[in-house]
Amino acid sequence: MAIDRAQVRHVARLSRLALSPEEEERFAAQLGHVLEYIERLKAIDVSGVEPLSFAGEASSPMREDLSRPCLPREKVLAQAPEQDGQAFLVPRIIE
Amino acid sequence: MKVDLLPLSRVSAALAAREVSPEALLESALERIRALDGKLHAFLRLTEGEARAAAKAASQRRERIGPLDGVPIALKDIFCMEGVETTAGSRILKGYLPPYDATVVRKLKQAGAVIVGKLNMDEFAMGSSTENSAFGPTRNPWDLERTPGGSSGGSAAAVAARMVPGTLGTDTGGSIRQPAALVGCAGMKPTYGRVSRFGVIAFASSLDQVGAFAQDVRGVALLLSAIAGHDPDDQTSSTRPVPDYAASLARGVRGLRIGVPAEYFGEGLQPEIDKAVRAGIELLRSEGCEVKPISLPNSPHAIAAYYIVATAEASSNLARYDGVRYGHRARATQLLEMYERTRAEGFGAEVKRRIMLGTYALSAGYYDAYYLRAQKVRALIRRDFDTAFATVDAVVCPTSPTTAFRLGEKVDDPLAMYLNDIYTVPVNLAGLPGISVPCGFDNKRLPIGMQLIGKPFDEETLLRLAHAYEQRAGFAEQLPPLVEHAGR
Repeated sequence: MAIDRAQVRHVARLSRLALSPEEEERFAAQLGHVLEYIERLKAIDVSGVEPLSFAGEASSPMREDLSRPCLPREKVLAQAPEQDGQAFLVPRIIE
Repeated sequence: MKVDLLPLSRVSAALAAREVSPEALLESALERIRALDGKLHAFLRLTEGEARAAAKAASQRRERIGPLDGVPIALKDIFCMEGVETTAGSRILKGYLPPYDATVVRKLKQAGAVIVGKLNMDEFAMGSSTENSAFGPTRNPWDLERTPGGSSGGSAAAVAARMVPGTLGTDTGGSIRQPAALVGCAGMKPTYGRVSRFGVIAFASSLDQVGAFAQDVRGVALLLSAIAGHDPDDQTSSTRPVPDYAASLARGVRGLRIGVPAEYFGEGLQPEIDKAVRAGIELLRSEGCEVKPISLPNSPHAIAAYYIVATAEASSNLARYDGVRYGHRARATQLLEMYERTRAEGFGAEVKRRIMLGTYALSAGYYDAYYLRAQKVRALIRRDFDTAFATVDAVVCPTSPTTAFRLGEKVDDPLAMYLNDIYTVPVNLAGLPGISVPCGFDNKRLPIGMQLIGKPFDEETLLRLAHAYEQRAGFAEQLPPLVEHAGR
């Protein structure tokens, strides 16, 4: 199945990825090749089959609902590209 | 032979017998790493300071805490370790210092292990050759022009080159078993839920599992006992009790029923691997196992289903790398532009491809055709295994269709790279445990791996079979030429 450059641009936008024109072209070809292989799924009879979303144990244990210490704010903020000691800073979104 | 060339369980025994001190053992590990890593590039960084402190503490203890006390261990760079740079092989996390330890790292520290450093990997564990690392590929100790496999290529190469006796990795579609096969060591992916993933950088959450590498199966068993078990911080981790895996090895394999799936010995399998694995099966038969032909008819569909499920989950998991809370941020005046440029600069080509494939599969109009259908095929694959396990105790097959391929051979052909995982991916989709053990060499003297697949939470049977095989076959004891030349 072919995927064109307009579709690649659309998916890149949904993925929050800025692509160069060269990347758009290369990814269109490579993703098309992979999607062509994946098309084989359509030939499999899955009628009446319940989807399996994960193969873990059916029930997972509940944790007691108790408060407990979390990481100190300064330790977490220390990894941020930009912060003011209180919060993460991002470019202005409202003029 | 020098103690540091011995497999993990014998290193542990030598420490217990005080034939070597944890400090001396650490220094010889560091010496070998310095001698060989310029060629191999298994390590992204060493944690010498922490390691020396841990080795000193181990040698001052009156009583050993357990079998890993004083044993040098290294970690795939996907495990958060407090204050130690953790990148998952990505530029986007360059310089990231986690503020906490992953649960498995905490457990290793509590077991007295000496953590010597962080190991190279494909970016965010996406790849089968370690060539997708933003920091350059790892090389195979058996042939430096070839890949050690991936994504845990650094973890596998470090063990095979005897840099450290044991390492941890993660396996989402074969990332422990395939590199173990390609470098000639043992590598186990436990059952989904057996080991906590708290503090492990996520790729595909319904598939990711933590596991271990060692030259010997007993070493893998010791590591697994140390890291397995319930963790209140990982809701998917099982509350089942953790057996003493090493103790189970003594039970032998007589009477165990092993299934040989026809679908795993077909077109595309390197003839020498076919021959070596069949010889391995005969050896297990001679140890008293009953060998039965079985069928796993939906396994050939696994790669297609996997590359929808895994990429869909990855597209969601990797949304967190937005330049706000940690990692790289691109210069930009607008928020959207900041996101798009941060991710464009921070992610490598394969990660971008997978995020886009996953986003596409989940996008409006395609969900039913791709994601939902892939999950139904996944159910069929699991059903095949359930049917097989009604009549056998384990499945035996090749780990990888080829031995180590040349660096650069498949980097521009994503699909060819994906097809490497054809025998390992079904195991992750079904959530089962799997182990790869060395089972011979091809005519270029490159290692071959044999895979054993088990019932959920039946790691013990796999370890028993792998151990019985290893004792008779002896392939795990062979040293790569690189290590041989560096001197015993």
